[in-house]
Amino acid sequence: MSAKSVAALAGAGLLAVLAGCGGNGESATDDAIAVTATDSACEVATTSAKAGKITFEVTNNGSQVTEFYLYGPGDRIMGEVENIAPGLTRRLIVDVRDGGDYQTACKPGMKGEGIRGDFTVTGTAAQRDDPDGGLGRAVAGYHDYVTGEIALLVPRTEEFVAAVKAGDVSRAKELFPVARTHWERVEPVAESFGDLDPRIDGREDVVEEGLEFTGYHRLEKDLWQSGLRPDSPEVADRLLADIRELARRAPNVELTPVQLANGAKELLDEVATGKITGEEDRYSHTDLWDFRANVDGSKAAVEALRPVVREREPALLDTLDTKFAELDTLLDRHRAGDGYVLYTDLSEQQVRELSAAVDALGEPASKVAEVVSR
Amino acid sequence: MSRRRVLGLTGAGAAVAGAGVAGGFAADHWLHPTPAEAGGGARPVPFTGEHQAGIATPAQDRLHFVSFDVTTTDRAELVALLREWTRAATRMTRGLQTVRDGAVGGSPEAPPGDTGEALDLPASALTLTIGFGPSLFDDRFGLRAHRPAALVELPAFPGDDLDPARCGGDLCVQACANDPQVAVHAIRNLARIGFGRVAVRWSQLGFGRTSSTSRAQSTPRNLFGFKDGTNNLKAENTGALDEHVWVRPGDGPSWLAGGTYLVARRIRMHVETWDRTSLSEQEAIVGRAKGTGAPLGQVREFDPVDLHVRGEGGTPLIGADAHIRLASAQSLGGARILRRGYNFTDGSDGLGHLDAGLFFLCFNRDSRAGFVPMQRALAARDVMMEYLEHTGSAHFACPPGVREGGYWGETLFG
Repeated sequence: MSAKSVAALAGAGLLAVLAGCGGNGESATDDAIAVTATDSACEVATTSAKAGKITFEVTNNGSQVTEFYLYGPGDRIMGEVENIAPGLTRRLIVDVRDGGDYQTACKPGMKGEGIRGDFTVTGTAAQRDDPDGGLGRAVAGYHDYVTGEIALLVPRTEEFVAAVKAGDVSRAKELFPVARTHWERVEPVAESFGDLDPRIDGREDVVEEGLEFTGYHRLEKDLWQSGLRPDSPEVADRLLADIRELARRAPNVELTPVQLANGAKELLDEVATGKITGEEDRYSHTDLWDFRANVDGSKAAVEALRPVVREREPALLDTLDTKFAELDTLLDRHRAGDGYVLYTDLSEQQVRELSAAVDALGEPASKVAEVVSR
Repeated sequence: MSRRRVLGLTGAGAAVAGAGVAGGFAADHWLHPTPAEAGGGARPVPFTGEHQAGIATPAQDRLHFVSFDVTTTDRAELVALLREWTRAATRMTRGLQTVRDGAVGGSPEAPPGDTGEALDLPASALTLTIGFGPSLFDDRFGLRAHRPAALVELPAFPGDDLDPARCGGDLCVQACANDPQVAVHAIRNLARIGFGRVAVRWSQLGFGRTSSTSRAQSTPRNLFGFKDGTNNLKAENTGALDEHVWVRPGDGPSWLAGGTYLVARRIRMHVETWDRTSLSEQEAIVGRAKGTGAPLGQVREFDPVDLHVRGEGGTPLIGADAHIRLASAQSLGGARILRRGYNFTDGSDGLGHLDAGLFFLCFNRDSRAGFVPMQRALAARDVMMEYLEHTGSAHFACPPGVREGGYWGETLFG
């Protein structure tokens, strides 16, 4: 499981705001717009600014704690600073991309509509668009992939859970890596539900204090190490309920092309830190199944973005294709029947080779997001 | 070196040494040390004082940290060792050999009394700081009743991947200096003196400081490339050190008053995957701009962190799981720690990746109220944990400073 993807998906707006803070950052204070807030007034020194980074410095001369907002059309929050105690001055830097009519607001007592004032933004900051709809198609294509995988994850997990509840250990062991394949293929999306991920995919040593160790890996431990326990059926039921909940929520996930590209990279990070070390499936040692599934998911994200990357950076696409193919060849050597050999059957040399191939692919994969964001 | 000369240097070094050294130096010297003094340079740092050196001392550039198991079961032997160590430490922190005429002046038929690699090198602001681990307080030395309640075995944190061979220990010595050879020389000679009574359990080199512990020091960068420890407690803020670092007389057993608790964590950083992460995501994870070190939403490094600024759609600029929010005193009921960690690389991991990271060291008045809740919050929620693995862990009680003529741990064993 990972917390990283949660942040990546958490707010589409975040990236735009952060971009405004990432630069050299030394220029913001000189042309700051002073805002003087009292219990009954909200004086903004200048009521217009050019599009781009706009800095407000808000001083609370009132007796109540206040907050300051910049609103866009339809009262969309562009930026806010809360909890300004009397006597304090606080700073708000907002990156406004579009010219137009905005509103400032001070909210003495931090409630209500606030004391509003008009604020005009002139010009338009540089912004990119998607003239031929290529990015939109990429997102839609990947969305279909995610939906398709989750549509398989539910029945495969149902079968796995049924075997656990029937006490059919050997059947459950066969189904475990099969069900997980569909989870691992869409891991960055699946993990974006911060409440479900630890319950479904938490590892014993990563589970937060106060939470129970449940999900796939708890059942993995039961099946391979401790034997089925009295509460195994209950854990299995809960896993299935969580997976169904995931399937209910997944269609509503909104992805941006950059998040999609980052997902391709994150799946390879997962391989590099979790699967290549044998940490993920420490009881069953079926790590190579998860390895394969992560690479599949990464490839699917790149596939969705293929036309965009081909147009903007053809050499990068060639490199990605080559490195994916090399990793595929290497993984194929470890096939056994319908699946893969156990992690513990790999020699140190073989693990090193796989690790090097993942790094060789991870490096170019990390460059896709920037290409997509141009 | 004459006694007079040593004292002269001691006086100059006191400005470097930081809080806790009772001294009569001018106040403006405190606040405006020259750059050479700020880094500590080659000068000695006084070994004796109210508190041990190497804690509030402006962080030197290099570290060699060692944890020992005590192998003797004879309390008198252990006390004799602490006295011998103190004599050697006093000399080495002055830039002297462990014993007079140690490296080449002794009998040609005897192995030299000092190992010699620090000959011709200055004191380099060497500090040696001792700590006592929970395991020392068993029945071997009759110390069970003297174990401070706060000297707990650290709890397991989510995401720990601890190697027992890098954890714990009966004793520790932290050697910090501005020359790595001086730090290694000190640990090597203390280990040599200890043969038969203690054995090295584990040790760790640190090649670059990651914290500034004085306002005169610039903030260094960790291996993620970010300024680290901007909001650290600083030596000049003696009130905050008294509140958050030094153990007070009523806090526990009297032998530890004026001492502190040290937490050591070896934190492996997955630098390879971090390096494939976009700048905006790196900054979101940390909560600061990479270039300036300014908190997100602010302009300069030391601008106060404002956790109440929100961007488009009301999303907090410093995210709910950003490192600086989770580690902030505001989020932890006011708890603060003095960080004094070092960057390390220990070769590679055999999978084509650097075995690199942060050897985290911190000092606090009660780890149960300082480090533990902080690490609990970080381990559970910090997005940065995705790139980290805690591979070593230890907890020690550092006794107060050594008085003139005294020895390490005198308040406990005396």
